[in-house]
Amino acid sequence: MNGAHDLGGDHGHGPIAPDPNEPLFHDEWERRCFALTLAMGFTGQWNIDQSRYARESMRPGRYLETTYYEHWLHGLEVLLAERGLASPAEMAAGAQQEPAKPVARILEADDVAAALAKGGSARRADASAGPAKFELGAVVRARNINPPSHTRVPRYVRGRRGRIEKVHGVFVFPDSHAATGEEQPQWLYAVRFEGRELWGPDAEAGAVAYVDLWDDYLDPA
Amino acid sequence: MPHDGHDHSHSELTETELRVRALESLLVEKGYVDPAALDELIDTYETKVGPRNGAAVVAKAWTDPEFKAWLLEDASAAIHSLGYTGRQGEDMVALENTPDVHNMVVCTLCSCYPWPVLGLPPTWYKAAPYRSRAVSQPRAVLAEFGVELPDDVEVRVWDSTAETRYMVIPMRPAGTEGWDAERLAALVNRDSMIGTALATPAEGAA
Repeated sequence: MNGAHDLGGDHGHGPIAPDPNEPLFHDEWERRCFALTLAMGFTGQWNIDQSRYARESMRPGRYLETTYYEHWLHGLEVLLAERGLASPAEMAAGAQQEPAKPVARILEADDVAAALAKGGSARRADASAGPAKFELGAVVRARNINPPSHTRVPRYVRGRRGRIEKVHGVFVFPDSHAATGEEQPQWLYAVRFEGRELWGPDAEAGAVAYVDLWDDYLDPA
Repeated sequence: MPHDGHDHSHSELTETELRVRALESLLVEKGYVDPAALDELIDTYETKVGPRNGAAVVAKAWTDPEFKAWLLEDASAAIHSLGYTGRQGEDMVALENTPDVHNMVVCTLCSCYPWPVLGLPPTWYKAAPYRSRAVSQPRAVLAEFGVELPDDVEVRVWDSTAETRYMVIPMRPAGTEGWDAERLAALVNRDSMIGTALATPAEGAA
C-alpha cells in the first residue's frame, strides 16, 4: 500500500538527531508494548507480514506524528480486534467481557529463550518455487505496481532499472502472505540501483541503493 | 528510569500508557499471555542480546581470515556458529567495508534490523528522518553522524525490504596490529555495524 510508512526519498522529516545515551526503551509502556506484541505473535494468529500491514495501515498523518511503539500498539490493537481475540470495548475497559478464543500456543516464560533463539526463517527450499527468473548480473526493471494491500517494493524503485547483484534464494512472498497467509515462495534478489536512475541528475556521487526484491516485483529490462 | 510510570497516579499517565496497561491486563486475563514471559522477553533484549554480539563477530573476522571468508560467503552459518541465532537474524548477509566501498543499512518501509547481533534498533533507525534520506542522500546522512568519506568511495545503501538481515563489517582501525579479538571488539561500536559510523579509532579504546 502507498502509505506513510514508505518513506524512502521523502523530504522534510528533519534532522536524524542520534542520541548516544538513549535507553533501549524510553518508558515502561514501551517495554510492555514490545513484549505484548512479541508474546501475541507467538499465539500464531497472524504472521509477520500481516503484522507489518496492520502498522502501515495507520492513517498517514497519525503514522508520521506518532512514535515507533505507538505504531506497534496500533498494529496489535487492530489485529486483536480483527481476529476476534479482543473487542475494542474490552481493550478500552482493560477487562474481559467475552470468552477468550482458543489460540495455537501461549508463550511461557521458560520457553522464551528457546523460542527467540529458534526464530523462524522465511527461507524455503529452492524446489518450492519454479526456476529463478533472473541470473546474477541480469538487468531488470522493478514493476510499477500500486496495490492497496501489503507489498515490499518501495515506491522509490518502481519503474526503475537495476541489476541483480545477489541471488538470496527462495523466500515467502510478503504480498500473498499478508493478504491470505499463503506463502507462495519465490526467488529473492538484492537488486542494485544507481543513484541517478533513482534520483536523477541531483543524485549524490557514487551513491547506490540495494533493494531486496522478489520475482513478482521484477521484469527483464 | 526503569520503573517510570508504575508509581504515578492515573492522572499523570498519558493516554498511551493507559492503553498499554489496559491491554496487558486484558490479554493476561484472557490467558493469551503469561506476564512472566513478558518480563523474560524484555530482559532478553535489555540484558542479553545487543551489539556486543555483533562486535564479537566483527573482531573474529578481523583476526581470523578463515572465519571472515566464511562470514562473507555464508553469514548465517558463520554467525550462527557463534551462538547468535534466532528471531530477526535467521538469514544474514555480511557487508565488508573497504577503502573503495562503504556499506550502510536501512529499512525504509519499517524497522528491519539484525536483532541477534545488534539487539533492538535505536530510535533514529526506526524514525522518518533516517528512513527517508538514507537511500537518497546517504553522504548527507553520514555527515550528520560525523562521517565524511572521500568522493571516490562508493556508498552502498542496503534497504532491508525482505527477511534477509544485513550487518556491516567496518574496516579495522589503524594501529591495532597484534591486538586480540577481545581488545578489538571494544572498537566495534554499534553504529559501525549499521554503517553510520566507522570503527572507533585505536586511541579511543578503553
